[in-house]
Amino acid sequence: MNGLLTLLVLLPLAGFLVNGLLGRRLGPVFVNIVGVGLPLAAFGVAVWAWRILETGGAEPLIETVFTWALIGDHAFEVSFYLDRLSAVMALIVTGVGALIHIYSIGYMKGDESYARYFAYLNLFLFFMLLLVLGRSLLVLFVGWEGVGLASYLLIGFWFQDVDKARAGRKAFITNRVGDAGFLLGMFLIFTAVGTLEMDQINQAFAGGLIPAGIATAVGILLFIGATGKSAQIPLHVWLPDAMAGPTPVSALIHAATMVTAGVYLIARMSGVYLEAPAASTLIAVIGLLTAFLAATIALVQTDIKKVLAYSTISQLGFMFLALGVGAYAVAVFHLFTHAFFKAALFLGAGSVIHALSGEQDIRRMGGLARRIPWTSGTFLVATAAIAGLPPLAGFFSKDEILWFALASGQGGSVWLWLLGSLTAFLTALYMFRLYWLVFLGRSRMAPEVAEHVHESPWPMTSVLVVLALFSVIAGWFALPHYLEGALPAPDLRFAWPILHWALILFAVLIAVAGVFAARHLYGNGGQRAEAIEQRFARIHRLLAGKYFVDEVYDRLLQRPWRWVSDRIFLRLGDRLLLDGSLHGLAALARRGAAGLARVQSGSLHWYAWMTLLGLVAVLIWMWRYV
Amino acid sequence: MDDTTLLLALSGLLFVLGLVGVIVRRNLLVMLMFLELMLNGVILSLVVFTQLLGAEAGAVLVFLVFVVAAAEIAIAVPILLLLVRTGHTLDPGAYAGLKG
Repeated sequence: MNGLLTLLVLLPLAGFLVNGLLGRRLGPVFVNIVGVGLPLAAFGVAVWAWRILETGGAEPLIETVFTWALIGDHAFEVSFYLDRLSAVMALIVTGVGALIHIYSIGYMKGDESYARYFAYLNLFLFFMLLLVLGRSLLVLFVGWEGVGLASYLLIGFWFQDVDKARAGRKAFITNRVGDAGFLLGMFLIFTAVGTLEMDQINQAFAGGLIPAGIATAVGILLFIGATGKSAQIPLHVWLPDAMAGPTPVSALIHAATMVTAGVYLIARMSGVYLEAPAASTLIAVIGLLTAFLAATIALVQTDIKKVLAYSTISQLGFMFLALGVGAYAVAVFHLFTHAFFKAALFLGAGSVIHALSGEQDIRRMGGLARRIPWTSGTFLVATAAIAGLPPLAGFFSKDEILWFALASGQGGSVWLWLLGSLTAFLTALYMFRLYWLVFLGRSRMAPEVAEHVHESPWPMTSVLVVLALFSVIAGWFALPHYLEGALPAPDLRFAWPILHWALILFAVLIAVAGVFAARHLYGNGGQRAEAIEQRFARIHRLLAGKYFVDEVYDRLLQRPWRWVSDRIFLRLGDRLLLDGSLHGLAALARRGAAGLARVQSGSLHWYAWMTLLGLVAVLIWMWRYV
Repeated sequence: MDDTTLLLALSGLLFVLGLVGVIVRRNLLVMLMFLELMLNGVILSLVVFTQLLGAEAGAVLVFLVFVVAAAEIAIAVPILLLLVRTGHTLDPGAYAGLKG
């Protein structure tokens, strides 16, 4: 049916407008109906569109909405493009999005800006769908910036707290750095290819008409954009701070959907990256480094949401590793499974925080498993899924990534695989550390907090159950196989099934080893872990300080820039040159007027003198020149 | 030096005399008189040129100027009277506040 994709995109926008304009007046019940109903409807429409796509034999649906601009021969059209890749993304965005909206009913209950919250959340969905469904890079970019805006608004949702408002600003500014790369990449593509429609760009690059140098430059520039949005080194610093927002926002935007936009972008532009092996290698290396370093930081964090934030960065690193070795579909597969278990983890964390009346420090938790069984059970399932225990979702996707890191014909190597496996081990370790510290062992809660521990209301727990269920079964969909037509797959360096099975076995062993290591270290009150902490105090400080990246940026970038802004732009440019010249002009006019005003003194004799002088001057002039 | 030159010189002299009087005297009534003197100087030159060129329109203009001058003085003197009634002085410097 024509107009279906447009409807899909516009539904959340309608929710934003209605709730944003009228929500305060119409009350929470109405806000719920609009704010949750429309995302659910959008999910329904997404499923419908997906059915149409499948009955049409996976032939991409293209829907042109209007022509945005006509410049010379170039038409910039706003059109939507639904192939299997964008269908998967749209289903994740609307499906997980709708679930998190339902969860938010319980979590945000009683907040004074309830309507504003749902308005922003719907706005996010609108821009995310624009990003995922846009056919042209331009539409994708509008969505890209829009989700950045929504992210900024929601991180700083409780803006009365200055730290939270500042976290929002940090996210926004860090993303601008990446966006500069994205824009330059777009300009370069337009210069080289003459269009911004992504399917045509891929065809042009695959046709081999574009020089390899341009492909590499485009690849690196777009990847810079992706590092900003997807929090990869060196632009990862905003994501941990973004946890200042409400927890469902962290789950939806900063774990399941928005931060995966970079992965989607690179998968979508796979035609470019096939021609740019150097850029692909860079992606693999950066991705793996991010995965590893973020995992090490996650080992020692003490804030439940910070652990999950670094875990998100680490998992995104895994996805980029897969993209870098050419296994685009596998990256999307991990994106898919990660969306469920990470959303479950974040929402579980939100439920824990809710139960403990706002406590986020895992050193003051413990023993919660029996007090809040639903949260605990679903959290355990999601933890096992992200750790890669079979047969849960994370096992399948992570195992595929590690296999391609070793066996891909496009830059797979033993080193990538080794470091990736080590990171997988760390993943299991830090996730089960978290589980042990929060839910098992003895309670370390403050007595007044412990008294009030309560299971969350049904809108929250039911969503947790659904997400936990998907954390189990999401890996059973053979997504890479499903995406074969939409995304290229790499050749294998060696296609020995035995090796693949051995690697799977090894991956399982590693995950189990991580679990046992966590149990060994944190099982009996965490004394062993503390002993290690004290023994390697310097390493612990380095990790707890997040490698001091923020401090380095402060020294190297922020302070010089602040100096330049203050001295040159503010004092010299703004105050001295701009203000100074205008003030000077005004003062000149004022002084001139004051001088002339003195001529009109009111003294008749003075006027007569002036008349005489004038007469004499006229006479002299006439005598000389006439 | 013929008559015309003499008469024109006289007219110029009258004008300058009037101007200098307006400038140096500090009495409004006297200043008005000197103003009339300046006007007479100008009118004298007008008459001389009318004779010289034989243009009758000039003679008419002279009477017109007389009428205007008479009307002008008829307005100026009452204004002066009103001023003096409030300010009690004929010194123009006392009325400098009227500059607006």
